[in-house]
Amino acid sequence: MTQIAVTVNGTRREADVEPRTLLVYFLREQLGLTGTNVGCDTSSCGACTVHLDGESVKSCTLLAVQADGREVMTIEALAEADGTLHPLQDAFHRHHGLQCGYCTPGMLMAAASYLKENPTPTEAEVRESLEGNLCRCTGYQNIVESILDAAGQMSGAKS
Amino acid sequence: MIPAPFDYARAGSVEEAISLLGSDPDAKVLAGGHSLLPAMRLRIARPSMLVDIGRIADLSYVREDGDRIAIGALTRHHDVANAEVLQQLCPIVAHAAGQIGDPQVRHMGTIGGSVAHGDPAGDLPSVLLALDAGFVAQGPTGTRTVAATGFFTSLFETALAPDEVLTEIRVPKATAGWSFMKFQRRAQDWAVVGVSAVRANGGVHVGLTNMGLTPLRAVGVEEAVGGGADPASAAARADEGTAPPDDAFGSAEYRRQLVKVLVRRALEEALP
Amino acid sequence: MSRKQMPGVIGVFTAADLDDAFPAGLPMVWPITEDIKIPTHWPLTKDVIRFAGDAVAVVVAGSRAQAEDAAEEVAVRATELPVVLDLEEAAKDQVVLHEDLGTNVVVHWSHGGGGDQAIFESAPVVVQERHLQPRLIPNAIEGRGCLAYGIPAAGEFTLVSSTQIPHITRVGLSITTGIPQTKLRIIAPDVGGGFGSKLNIYAEEALALALARQLGRPVKWIEDRQENYLATTHGRGVIHDCTLAGTEDGKILGLKFVELADMGAYFQLLTPGIPELGGWVYMGPYDVDAYWYEFTGIMTNATPTDAYRGAGRPEATYVIERLVDAFARRIGKDPAQVRRMNLHPPHVDAQTSIMGLNVDSANYEPTFDRALELAEYDQMRKEQAARRESGDVRQIGIGLSSYIEMCGLAPSEILGALRYVAGGWDAAEIECRPFGKVVVRTGTSPHGQGHDTSWSQIVADGLGITPDDVEVLHGDTAVSRLGMDTYGSRSAAVGGEALRQAVEKVKEKARIIAAHELEVSEDDLEWADGAFRVRGAPDKARTIPDLATSAWQAHSLPQGVEPVLEGTAVYDPPNFTWPAGTHVCVVEVDTETGKTDVLRYVAVDDCGVVINPMIVEGQVQGGVAQGIAEALYEEAVYDGSGNLMTSSMTQYLIPSAMEIPDMILDRTETPSTTNALGVKGIAEAGTIASPPAVINAVVDAVSHLGVTEMGKPASPERVWRAIQEATKGSPGVSGGLDGATPAQQEGGAS
Repeated sequence: MTQIAVTVNGTRREADVEPRTLLVYFLREQLGLTGTNVGCDTSSCGACTVHLDGESVKSCTLLAVQADGREVMTIEALAEADGTLHPLQDAFHRHHGLQCGYCTPGMLMAAASYLKENPTPTEAEVRESLEGNLCRCTGYQNIVESILDAAGQMSGAKS
Repeated sequence: MIPAPFDYARAGSVEEAISLLGSDPDAKVLAGGHSLLPAMRLRIARPSMLVDIGRIADLSYVREDGDRIAIGALTRHHDVANAEVLQQLCPIVAHAAGQIGDPQVRHMGTIGGSVAHGDPAGDLPSVLLALDAGFVAQGPTGTRTVAATGFFTSLFETALAPDEVLTEIRVPKATAGWSFMKFQRRAQDWAVVGVSAVRANGGVHVGLTNMGLTPLRAVGVEEAVGGGADPASAAARADEGTAPPDDAFGSAEYRRQLVKVLVRRALEEALP
Repeated sequence: MSRKQMPGVIGVFTAADLDDAFPAGLPMVWPITEDIKIPTHWPLTKDVIRFAGDAVAVVVAGSRAQAEDAAEEVAVRATELPVVLDLEEAAKDQVVLHEDLGTNVVVHWSHGGGGDQAIFESAPVVVQERHLQPRLIPNAIEGRGCLAYGIPAAGEFTLVSSTQIPHITRVGLSITTGIPQTKLRIIAPDVGGGFGSKLNIYAEEALALALARQLGRPVKWIEDRQENYLATTHGRGVIHDCTLAGTEDGKILGLKFVELADMGAYFQLLTPGIPELGGWVYMGPYDVDAYWYEFTGIMTNATPTDAYRGAGRPEATYVIERLVDAFARRIGKDPAQVRRMNLHPPHVDAQTSIMGLNVDSANYEPTFDRALELAEYDQMRKEQAARRESGDVRQIGIGLSSYIEMCGLAPSEILGALRYVAGGWDAAEIECRPFGKVVVRTGTSPHGQGHDTSWSQIVADGLGITPDDVEVLHGDTAVSRLGMDTYGSRSAAVGGEALRQAVEKVKEKARIIAAHELEVSEDDLEWADGAFRVRGAPDKARTIPDLATSAWQAHSLPQGVEPVLEGTAVYDPPNFTWPAGTHVCVVEVDTETGKTDVLRYVAVDDCGVVINPMIVEGQVQGGVAQGIAEALYEEAVYDGSGNLMTSSMTQYLIPSAMEIPDMILDRTETPSTTNALGVKGIAEAGTIASPPAVINAVVDAVSHLGVTEMGKPASPERVWRAIQEATKGSPGVSGGLDGATPAQQEGGAS
């Protein structure tokens, strides 16, 4: 067992983990944060995307010990504490950007990370930013629309 | 798909990593983990110990160093892709790094990890080979620089000793003309075949991805271009000395054909 | 190593250890013929490992990691037996999977044909082709998984499972495990996609229940992606010998298909019925004089096949539409022109089709014309001509696909005639709570289709309340007692109609109470603006929430009226529904590398009346994406020893947002005559229509080079080879099948 201390969604969490514990299972099973999903086990599908120090990573291909001393943000912290949806969540809701919802946490976290990097993307850029996130339900069209809409809302709010 | 158990040690310095590696012949270096962890999840790789070098300070940088650009081994693909120094002075490296995997992979994977893994299907190794990059390795007895041409020795094997740590990648400035052609099925996939072409010393260097057990140089093409051949006739020699794999992504025969098309297109782009 | 030495291991079990746990094998509920040969399918194999995925032992441990560690240590002493994967080889019975059956050829079915069969030899133009459709892996992004728990002393158990079919599972697993249905509750919580792969009853579900019973503790099983690829059902895996009879001027006289279907190593829930589901649509939307369809189901050493989005109908549509294009090429006519002149004439009422079933309504021409208009068909043809003229490396191709599908499964009487074990009805209960909220219990079991949304709309529209006041409950046999679950584009057409009828029942009762309270006769009431109002005095009114409250209080109900405002309907559809449409795909093919990009995709569908346009569009977009994936990327490949080579998402190529284009969608609306809602179904249309549209486009892009044949998926290498073959002047890609499964075959037709 290795002791780690990870700041998860703003709260410092200390735990003993086996070195082989993947970050996603640490989040799901030890911390009970089940919003992060496992889809493929091979870092292909992106359902497990979380933020590590503010950037998107695939938590199925990361050991919990690698997150020691760092900040992790999961889908559970994307909305405001009072339940107000993040502009991305709101846009996914309005544009029917999800069907079964399983890939959605990963899509949202990937998009949230990308929009920090590029707040005013083109459609092609949004599609490229999602190359590591697979969805089997939507055909992506409404996901892309949702992200473009949210980008507009977010950059509009800032300016 | 959980890795088999292993011991974990975090190295605070390169020296400590070297000493840890020396203590266990089945130990492996963990950098970003994006080549190693998938193999460990399949239990194809079962190291007894992981030596995590990810926290070693000062191994993540990109800086101009005389006529070279020095890239710290722990520099993530994302940071390589966005490094202005590279974008201006060696754009093919920045561009190729931006084509690796997907954004999440680029946020974790490192240039040193890609090089040390020695995957013939990796994007960066053949680019670095075409650039005649130098790889700085530190071991128990000191530091040495290995030329890219002698670095990739076999499938997933490199000139690094088990207790050596790759610390820096050194590339020349290369702004004269270049092309990076990655042919893949899906955006996130490994290259079926990849070609990098860089103008150098009046000629051209051509690196090939996924055309053999290691990243390769298309020596025949380079010779032909040096001898004044046009891109089409030079590209006809693109598969000389290659041994492309035969897999679900393409037969060897197809790859031999594909590499000629990609090399021709790369030469046309790099040699205006 | 003994299990005592392995940390965390609770037990290791083989079939012998669980011999008493299963009074019966896993269920197959569609014995489509009298003489079908049905292999017994135990949750753990008792003798022979018949496919990679046929489990021999189960490890129960305290954690997933411990269980995986222990599973590695399980030593299987096995003798290697020969395997057979190729359908025609398997049919020779040199290697027989199930000794007790004596043959791999387990089922043969034909619906008997229609019209003059002589036409297939005597017609002026006879086009014959062979087409292969490889196995596909459905790939719900959430794999399967289940949790079994209960009160062993009381014999009561609950199974939480990622399934499309909680109600059917309760019946099936009761038989397999011996737990009475009265003591078995199945819960399908939020389910992360299904696409048919969770329309099944699986070994792991039966094992989890049996082990929970045996061990007296909860047992959880979560599939990883490798297991999903090996042990969750595959789709497709068929070979068709096809014949089109026609005239020189483009009239299609007859369509005939003889199919070989890969069943895999066992039957799963519906395996032999899947080709038959396609068997009723092999005329497409065309008006033909003659029709023939038959199929032979063959066992192979591979994962069992079963429903995958469209289930039989994509396979059918693919070969029809490939054949129509081949016919157009043969007679030198534009494929759009040939399709349009053969479309079945419109009818607003149900009409018996050449295959013997009644098509509920049809109006194909407006749909077809709109698709061509949106695709700018003529402009695209000009662009294509220009690129051909200039010898561009990148050529464009235009592909069409017109389809009809049979949805709304299904009239119980017809299912009975087709030897399906269950019925095809569905049920809905509406409970109007006091003070305004309404609870709906539906027998459908959504896993991404948005029933909560659409069902709320049906109820809110019907009862004059807002959708936010409606709570839709589903997917739990203890909550929604009655149901037949979600598959086969049935939910709106059957479950939605059941809900509409339940709404009417609520309103009937509400009207009686309203009349009583307003002291008028029922005939003096009208339903207007969301309330029962007195004719001529609209301010005298009672809303449903008003009436629900008084029915719950029951302080003053009319004589003979029971308290509580609720309504239940069980609805058995009188007919199937028959959506139709036309899709157009424009691709660009790099003739040097063989790589195909989709430039434009147009889908114009007619799914009858639309309840929620956004949900309908979402279903089309997702379905088309899966169809493009089928056409260009996806294929399950086995090696000669029966190992699945495409064993993860790094090798089985599910396309991303980078590969799937924006789609242009539109609809026409021809109401169904089967149900009062007028709905037909949309969930499978995209997957049915799109693969041939894409492949036809790829062929069209390089047909000027002499290419007429193309296997699926049209991978860059396959396209490149087709071009090489054609430009060498050789006769085309060989259709020979020796020594290869459909998945391994290179070429398409011969």
